Amino acid sequence: MSADPQTIDPQRLIAEPLRWRWGEVVFWLTLLLPYWLAPTYLSLASQIAIAALFALSLDLILGYAGIISLGHAAFFGVGAYTAAVLVLRAHWLEPFSGLVISGLAAAVLGWLTSFLIVRVSKLALLMVTLGVGVLLAEAANRLSWLTGGNDGLHEIDVWPLLGRFTFDLYGRTAFFYALAVLFLMFLGARRLIQSPFGLSLRGLRENMRRMPALGAPIRHRQRVIYTIAAFYAGVAGALLTQTTQSVALEAVSFQRSAEILIMLVLGGTGRLYGGIVGAILFLVARDQLADMNPQYWFFWLGGLLVLVVLFLPGGIVGSVDRFWRWIARRR
Amino acid sequence: MLAHVLGVTFDGFAYGMLLFVLSVGLSVTMGLMGFVNLAHTAFAMLGGYLCVTFMERLGVPFLATLPLIFLATGALSLVFERVLYRRLYRAGELDQVLLTIGLVLMSVAACSYFWGTEQQPVTLPKYLSGYFSPGGVDLGVYRLFLSAVGIALALVLVFGLERTRFGAQVRAAVDNQRMARGLGIDVNRVFAATFAVGSGLAGLGGALAVNMIGLDPNFATKYLVFVLLVVSVGGLGSVGGTFAAAVVLGISDVAGKYYVPEAGAFIIYAVMVTLLLWRPAGLFGRRS
Amino acid sequence: MSGAALAADGLSRSFGSLRVADQVSFELPVGARYALIGPNGAGKTTLINLLTGILHPDAGRVFLDGAEVTGLDPDRRVKRGLARTFQINQLFPALTPLEAVTLAVCERMGLAGDWRRRLTSCRAAIAEAAELLAALRLTEDCNRPTAELAYGRQRLLEIALALAAKPKVLLLDEPAAGVPAAESAELFEVIAGLPADIAVLFIEHDMHLVFRFATRIIVLAAGRVLAEGTPAEIAEDPQVREVYLGGSKIRV
Repeated sequence: MSADPQTIDPQRLIAEPLRWRWGEVVFWLTLLLPYWLAPTYLSLASQIAIAALFALSLDLILGYAGIISLGHAAFFGVGAYTAAVLVLRAHWLEPFSGLVISGLAAAVLGWLTSFLIVRVSKLALLMVTLGVGVLLAEAANRLSWLTGGNDGLHEIDVWPLLGRFTFDLYGRTAFFYALAVLFLMFLGARRLIQSPFGLSLRGLRENMRRMPALGAPIRHRQRVIYTIAAFYAGVAGALLTQTTQSVALEAVSFQRSAEILIMLVLGGTGRLYGGIVGAILFLVARDQLADMNPQYWFFWLGGLLVLVVLFLPGGIVGSVDRFWRWIARRR
Repeated sequence: MLAHVLGVTFDGFAYGMLLFVLSVGLSVTMGLMGFVNLAHTAFAMLGGYLCVTFMERLGVPFLATLPLIFLATGALSLVFERVLYRRLYRAGELDQVLLTIGLVLMSVAACSYFWGTEQQPVTLPKYLSGYFSPGGVDLGVYRLFLSAVGIALALVLVFGLERTRFGAQVRAAVDNQRMARGLGIDVNRVFAATFAVGSGLAGLGGALAVNMIGLDPNFATKYLVFVLLVVSVGGLGSVGGTFAAAVVLGISDVAGKYYVPEAGAFIIYAVMVTLLLWRPAGLFGRRS
Repeated sequence: MSGAALAADGLSRSFGSLRVADQVSFELPVGARYALIGPNGAGKTTLINLLTGILHPDAGRVFLDGAEVTGLDPDRRVKRGLARTFQINQLFPALTPLEAVTLAVCERMGLAGDWRRRLTSCRAAIAEAAELLAALRLTEDCNRPTAELAYGRQRLLEIALALAAKPKVLLLDEPAAGVPAAESAELFEVIAGLPADIAVLFIEHDMHLVFRFATRIIVLAAGRVLAEGTPAEIAEDPQVREVYLGGSKIRV
């Protein structure tokens, strides 16, 4: 039984995978639960939301354009420090615009470095991204008059959100703020991925060699997504500064770059939700395990990473996806 | 004044020799196998801890530990190669990076568990400590020893690669794997043997490093960046390139810390990024 | 040069001491159905790479529709109407044929850089992709991941991706490679059915297909053009027989 050209509806076939699924709606509603179910853990929940946004930004370049970066914290850090400097030096206290400005600062850096990034590949790419990351970390360390160096910057108080909500000790405002920003940026990313540009990025990831043969200017495309990803990372960094009222060198450290990469891979690259799932698992596990014994945490994290690489390509989300498809085929 | 500059240069050179021993194994295996092995410095760290254990717990003299450590880490690396690395030869860089980062994390945890998190003290034999001061320039004896080891190693490796049959097989496999296989070279065995030698050298480097730069569970991650720096700038698969890069980076780092402490590691990283953009395959690398 | 859809003039390229292309010159007129043949290692795929811009020549020039394109990047040449297929499939494993061809059509239409509109709003592109797939008899498989398709269908998809660019010149690198004999006939039917205003140059080893579908043959050996002519002329050419066919006459 072959499909008659008249009977298929290509429009519908293209639109089908792009629809909102019930599972997604449920997922996002579930993310609100900590407010009632775990009210003492709201600051952790905010951190998870921020890390999720950061991981999402890495997914845009890694999962969708195939650019492996070991120094993505550079943009997170630029966003974090810009948000701090905006408040402390420029006395710009409006939070939302603060996020946007910080994101743009990171985007500028992203755009500039993108010219370097697209010229190299494989080991050289790893080293250049690593190099940019450690360069920026060193710079942040040295420019202590601006960044506070080892001590960092503190008492970064922005205006109350929407004029009414101040950042309270329980972290309630921070939680909803971070979650709201995450959701909005997620919608943006979703829209981006579901655009023709997003399709070309997927093509880039699937087979970079073929793309020029389709007439695609791949370097330009990579530069665009790299800049957008830097913007996202910058917003995440600024969010961290605003919700914790402080910023420190660890925001721009190699540890952060490595952590976010691990989170994303655990969750699964190239699926938009992988970063969020990975951030939740990683940070909750670390919160529970690392207190008991930091060595256990490192060991099991390392072991989990090895297992995921060997046996669970596509991370958690990828494996769940394969599992559903396997079930669907069995029916 | 000149004596001071010479002294600093010599210190930098010795540090470079240490970096060379630590890095050359990675350069050859990455150039040969194309495998991004971020766990290389973890092998070095293991070598360092083995040295401490042999010397302090088992009373083995320092010089005798070195060949033992070389063999032990080499042998251990073969196990890893067989069980884990071999599965990922065809995988992308990301998988290799993540697997080896996972191994690094596990090794850091394991070392903290068995040896604790403090710096490891090692007592040097008398004949390797102290200073030798010709013409007013202070040359540490241990640093002289390191330099001798580094130069000797470079000569042995270059000779081994250029003059021996095994070396020729390695070079053939680096240049063109498929053709090497077609010529009857057992590429898998060449890989395994080279990997063992490379990791053994890392272990050796770790043992040598304890006295110069200290040893704690963070060793693997702290020096990973430096080793990667040396390898990328020197060029994958090039012993001479690694030597040159190690010397340049060693001297720049030590001189930098002495004369321009405010800049810190900034200069080195900036130089490295620039070099890589100019020559993505490294200064002496062959392919990109 | 002026009338040709594609022209090469003195293309040369060496890798060290290995000459992979040696003063290669030829013209491909509009509507041509030319075959490029030669023994393994003759430099056929290298020539395609030189023509498309993946490889830079040491000397020589390439002209597309009369205009010189020697310095242009591969993607710019595609925009000017030069498309190719690959000897080993270069497809997008996780994308469905419909998505892949839609992407190719969007690239041609200049939509693929647009990150603000929805893919679903590109109705014309999607419809065109579906039509193209139908013309190549790929509709049945159009909604499964490419990796799941049978090899012969993947080869057809390879051609679909090239056709989506609405090329004026189409370079096919062993389109029937690895395809069982029954399906390769179908594949070449499709090639034969291509619009008459497209110039086609295909590399092929199967002499039956070559003599059936080509109006003219270019023979390449050791990077040089050994001979060029109609199938009858090539079949009689003693040099060709020597180098390529081992001295025996070609049975047509």
